[in-house]
Amino acid sequence: MYKVKVYVTLRESVLDPQGTAVKNSLATHGYEGIQDVRIGKYMELTLDETVKDVDAAVKEMCERLLANPVIEDYRYEVEEVVAQ
Amino acid sequence: MKFAVIVFPGSNCDLDMYHAVKDELGEEAEYVWHDAESLEDYDAVLLPGGFSYGDYLRSGAIAQFSNVMKEVVKAAEAGKPVLGVCNGFQILLEAGLLPGAMRRNDSLKFICKQVELKVENNETMFTAGYEKGEVITIPVAHGEGNYYCDEATLAALKANNQIVFTYEGENPNGSLEDIAGIINERGNVLGMMPHPERAVDELLGGADGLKLFKSIVKQWREANAVNA
Repeated sequence: MYKVKVYVTLRESVLDPQGTAVKNSLATHGYEGIQDVRIGKYMELTLDETVKDVDAAVKEMCERLLANPVIEDYRYEVEEVVAQ
Repeated sequence: MKFAVIVFPGSNCDLDMYHAVKDELGEEAEYVWHDAESLEDYDAVLLPGGFSYGDYLRSGAIAQFSNVMKEVVKAAEAGKPVLGVCNGFQILLEAGLLPGAMRRNDSLKFICKQVELKVENNETMFTAGYEKGEVITIPVAHGEGNYYCDEATLAALKANNQIVFTYEGENPNGSLEDIAGIINERGNVLGMMPHPERAVDELLGGADGLKLFKSIVKQWREANAVNA
């Protein structure tokens, strides 16, 4: 079994209205020195051993569905786990 | 002329689209479920607004892989008119039938109101009934209509005259270059955030959207007159 953690974030070049709102909100709460806030998505996939090439499979999933490459970047971590 | 109104789980403007075509335009319309196997019987395809598949992951992200979308791609390749409004536009973007992507409105609010649109390109099968530069009033109702594309794509959209509608005066969502609607290079797939199907009757606040549907029919009649 594999546990895959996928992080999807807006590309650097794309303005993030949610992040900007949260940054402003933090500032009004008195937090100083916050340069930027970017909001993204975090997903956890659990794959079983029938998936042969986990890396290739996850990459394809990210590019086809989990992220929109026009505005989003993705990265992921794969962790091998023992089935319960 | 026979229009297919595609219905995804979560579509909510399908009835308005059907009403516009059937009652106001006086043409044939049928609802087509998202798992349909074919669109061959239809002359045009309408993708309505709403929240297909709950807008899970991203607006239009799940809908792009529904069965009927393969048929929508075929219809587009066959040169049939394909119109995506609001969520329909988002689906066309996700499916790659139009370039770019949608972000959350810059205000982060869902905006539902009448807006003014400028007809930037009236040399399309959807806008031939308007004057170039004409300002029309059509309602918007969306939370994610903040259109984005990279610089190269924007340059191509401009060079090919693919920007069909822009917001006039106030831009409700922060979209790039005030873009409200774009068309594909071939000129038969139009995506727009404002809802022309909700502006087809003066009694309901305006009829500026009706010309768009009339333009589709007129173009279709002219193209098919030879065979008649």
